[in-house]
Amino acid sequence: MRTISFDGVIVGGGGAGMRAALQLAQSGYKTAVISKVFPTRSHTVSAQGGITCAIASSDPQDDWRWHMYDTVKGSDYIGDQDAIEYMCSVGPEAIFELEHMGLPFSRTEEGRIYQRPFGGQSKNFGEGGQAARTCAAADRTGHALLHTLYQNNVKNETVFFNEWFATDLVKNQDGAVVGVIAICIETGETVYVKSKATVFATGGAGRIYASTTNAHINTGDGVGMALRAGVPVQDMEMWQFHPTGIYGAGTLVTEGCRGEGGYLINADGERFMERYAPNAKDLAGRDVVARSMILEILEGRGCGPDGDHVKLKLDHLGEEVLESRLPGICELSRTFAHVDPVKEPIPVVPTCHYMMGGIPTNIHGQALTVDAAGDDQVIPGLYACGEVACVSVHGANRLGGNSLLDLVVFGRASGLFIEDALRQGIEMRDASVTDIESANERLVSLNERNDGENVSALRKELQGVMQNYFGVFRKGEFMQEGIKKLDDLKQRIDNVKLEDKSNAFNTARVECLELQNLFETAEATAIVAEARKESRGAHAREDFTERNDDEWLCHSIYHREGRAVSKRSVNFTPKTVDTFQPKVRTY
Amino acid sequence: MLQVSVYRFNPESDAAPQMQEYQVETGGKDLMVLDVLEMIKAEHDASVTYRRSCREGVCGSDGLNINGKNGLACITPLSDAVKKNKLVIRPLPGLPVVRDLVVDMSLFYAQYEKIEPYLQNNSPAPAIERLQTPEDRAKLDGLYECILCACCSTSCPSFWWNPDRFVGPAGLLQAYRFLADSRDQATDERLAKLDDPFSVFRCHGIQNCVNVCPKGLNPTRAIGHIRTMLLNRAA
Repeated sequence: MRTISFDGVIVGGGGAGMRAALQLAQSGYKTAVISKVFPTRSHTVSAQGGITCAIASSDPQDDWRWHMYDTVKGSDYIGDQDAIEYMCSVGPEAIFELEHMGLPFSRTEEGRIYQRPFGGQSKNFGEGGQAARTCAAADRTGHALLHTLYQNNVKNETVFFNEWFATDLVKNQDGAVVGVIAICIETGETVYVKSKATVFATGGAGRIYASTTNAHINTGDGVGMALRAGVPVQDMEMWQFHPTGIYGAGTLVTEGCRGEGGYLINADGERFMERYAPNAKDLAGRDVVARSMILEILEGRGCGPDGDHVKLKLDHLGEEVLESRLPGICELSRTFAHVDPVKEPIPVVPTCHYMMGGIPTNIHGQALTVDAAGDDQVIPGLYACGEVACVSVHGANRLGGNSLLDLVVFGRASGLFIEDALRQGIEMRDASVTDIESANERLVSLNERNDGENVSALRKELQGVMQNYFGVFRKGEFMQEGIKKLDDLKQRIDNVKLEDKSNAFNTARVECLELQNLFETAEATAIVAEARKESRGAHAREDFTERNDDEWLCHSIYHREGRAVSKRSVNFTPKTVDTFQPKVRTY
Repeated sequence: MLQVSVYRFNPESDAAPQMQEYQVETGGKDLMVLDVLEMIKAEHDASVTYRRSCREGVCGSDGLNINGKNGLACITPLSDAVKKNKLVIRPLPGLPVVRDLVVDMSLFYAQYEKIEPYLQNNSPAPAIERLQTPEDRAKLDGLYECILCACCSTSCPSFWWNPDRFVGPAGLLQAYRFLADSRDQATDERLAKLDDPFSVFRCHGIQNCVNVCPKGLNPTRAIGHIRTMLLNRAA
């Protein structure tokens, strides 16, 4: 196997990966991005409504501490306050950098960046009413951001390995991460990509569910690789169901619709969020809105012949606002719901959207594990940022607009830290032939196996189990049943059949490897969801309906070995502000 | 049963490309073309090869030639594409085929990179954002939304003939996106680099690009603006 060597390798060409790459490309170190798709095809491109940050455009008095308060509350108090403080305070600088790079933000009359209201936003620590803090480029903010980052990487001559797929991490005898095995999809060649710093920016894994807003490519590759290499994952029970996925198609309708004045109605035409969240109404936290929608449906007030969805009303905003502020939504709605939002409400249903959990990291992007004594230990050589990471700024529920901020701020932070570390010198033992061979075992066994089941059928079965047993509302006995079904799937997915053994642009091979990553993500989710015996944020249990701060005001940690679950403390010690103490969370 | 004909070519085993026929049960539903490809790959033949990602028309992965017209498979409903119960799916024309429906887009990307697709402004950045009026920002509408799917450039006869020298509609749309940006200071340099007989002037206004753009953008109009700027510059 050929070896190619870099100082830093970034796996993933979405927003986080490209922001980290940009930092490193400017540093002069030899770095590369490995992306399984051409970078602008990454899922960041689908982000719509915006990037939340206290840049004080819509409100000159706005304060990053208010944004921090909202984010801590939104996380249901298991977001790490040092990380949230860092994100919210550094955020404005990161946004202005993007604007200087050319991001075509929408504008206010004063020429500043346009900001719209989003869910869970407040002024003055929840006391001053609704804030408008989400910076937007119409409803195509992710597209604008991703293309701007790609353009600036072109400018800085970043080395891209596009349509290369990383299969597994390579670790040396000391347990340090020293690169990845990767396949060049076009030729089928397998290469050891050696690196002193390996950054996972592999994104989410929404495809573990049957119904998701996520792209086909969101298959939890980073989570799979991490778990197989003995790296734990954190808070994997916390999956965000976005209130407004288009009924039937799953495609996303931005929360910005409700920010601009749209609202949800049930079969009676009632604006039901007024009952569930009297103050914030349709702009309550996403977990709260998604649960309220499901309750409306369960109580028989759903829309349509099967009463299985609700509707998002926008027509009262008028054609001009819709076409200027939400042009992409008009397009998506007409294509996928066959509904013109200028005239009729859009049928919507809560849909899997975002993985709050992931690889635990500190604010520099360094991946962490927890030792036997319960102390954090840095994993040498491995970094993570963006959706695959769990810093954790989102805790049990992410606020809308915070994912783009997360990936820009922590992609940047990882790049800055690695640049510094490289300057000081990183010494690691080379991987032995055995180390490389053992990392390549999964791929070799897939290539050599001639029997097994069809990849699409297995994937569909896995997605069905997760959808049915680990959805918006969860219950212990059902989840135990779901785990049994996953146990049955485990070996079958380990032994999935590769029906096409050719080398040139073999997407069948990639799909098999992705399926195994989906399984690792799903299993981790299932085990910790069953273990966390309380309701918090996005994790809502019918058998433990209350938040239990005495036992569960903590992160969950999942190790693949023995499927062990442990607890990890949440950080309550920000550096420059007082701790936000847990309170009852109402909107 | 829908009759689907798919262009197949595997460089490892095929001397020449061929069309392969599949019968797909759509259950009478108005699926998207991508759904049909996914069904073929899942149920008929795992070796059928194409690109796809977002499945909602924003990532630009699945530009294909569908019943003779370039478009995105994920947002082209069968009701728009199918004629006489027949669906013919080919790779985008004019670029080398890597395998089946996957084309080598290197030339397309090279033309994009050639126009220096990034904001150029050497004045010191302010502590906040650079200000831009809503009117100036509106000039970027219809330009910045390009998803680089290559439907336009691969439908353009001028690009087929001179893919190495004619920038093509996608690249020129982005060239104008930066020329039109009030924050960009490189107008002269940008125009100088485009001022030759091929880069811009190979456009003959055929407007195939406008006809196929899945995002409803108008590269021909943008090219017209660049021509005017070039002519004014010469005058």
